[in-house]
Amino acid sequence: MAYIDLGNELPGIRGPMAFSPRTSKPLNELAEVLLRDDDNTLSRGDRELIGAYTSYLNDCFFCQNVHGSLAQHYLQCDMSALDAIKSDPEAAAIPEKMKALLSIAASVQKGGKTMKPEQIERARNLGATDREIHDTVLIAAAFCMYNRYVDGLGTTAPQDRQFYINRAPQRAAEGYLDFDLYK
Amino acid sequence: MSYIPLETHLPGITGLLEYRQDSAKPIRELTQLLLRGPSSLTEGERELIATIVSSRNQCSFCTAAHTAAADILLEEDKTSAAVKQDIASAPVTEKMKALLLIAAQVQESGKSVTPFSIANAKEAGATDMEIHDTVLIAALFCLYNRYVDGLATATPSDPAFYQGLGQRLKQHGYNRLPNGYDHLKKK
Repeated sequence: MAYIDLGNELPGIRGPMAFSPRTSKPLNELAEVLLRDDDNTLSRGDRELIGAYTSYLNDCFFCQNVHGSLAQHYLQCDMSALDAIKSDPEAAAIPEKMKALLSIAASVQKGGKTMKPEQIERARNLGATDREIHDTVLIAAAFCMYNRYVDGLGTTAPQDRQFYINRAPQRAAEGYLDFDLYK
Repeated sequence: MSYIPLETHLPGITGLLEYRQDSAKPIRELTQLLLRGPSSLTEGERELIATIVSSRNQCSFCTAAHTAAADILLEEDKTSAAVKQDIASAPVTEKMKALLLIAAQVQESGKSVTPFSIANAKEAGATDMEIHDTVLIAALFCLYNRYVDGLATATPSDPAFYQGLGQRLKQHGYNRLPNGYDHLKKK
């Protein structure tokens, strides 16, 4: 049970989004432009991975599974591979640049002030552009908002992780703007 | 020095919002809705929520900016100072104390919000929409504070800067100025 009467039984962020459509519009527009817009040198999979990893660090079950499943879908890997990246990105089989960007995301999750110039330097030396560094910070910061919105209102989340995996292809196709909150 | 090149006449969040305007648009719109849109909380009360979260995230730029905005809207500077010091003894209504406490819990983590603090707010008369908006405002400032400090944007030390910014936030809210920010270059 959510902490307030949302007037619906929808899981995760969809509950408060249906409760407050006025704020759900910019929240979804932000997700679309950050995670799905094609004018970006980071792939959709990379960006969903940054979102899933930040959500994992915030211990937000709903968000890490929604976005983890989307990352899996785009990166064409399985759940155990994605779980391995989330629990130890430095040891995972991902590009070095991605490791550097995930380390930036981890610092954002802890607090903006924990970012060290060396982390930015490392990402840049591995080929990350200013825009990629910017987007990594903003995606991680945005998930620090989404995760708090979802858990701060005590929303419910389906516990079967397969639920999220099954939905990912359709969610990837629809994106964050043109979808039915109730389905 | 910020970690990415930003306009030097636009310290703090403004330079970032100008750096990527397509992502800035929904962020600005959300902020305008939450802090200036129709609500049973006053604009000053909502600025206090932004202030307490920014203060606890130790984001100097956002704390100074929203303290200035709250002070201008409340027409005094005691309340914002007291709220940052200690919510329980601050000169605000019981309902605002309960909402500020929820905001402070959101600042820690979504999971830090307790059923007890929600029940407390409801008992003090907070509506579901007020609780919703409080949680989302607090969450939004967890985004802003991380964005501003994670990229090491410039933080002016002159209090007059924040006075001017606070006035702008009172007058124009959070929408992008129609003609942009080039007029600030001369100052």
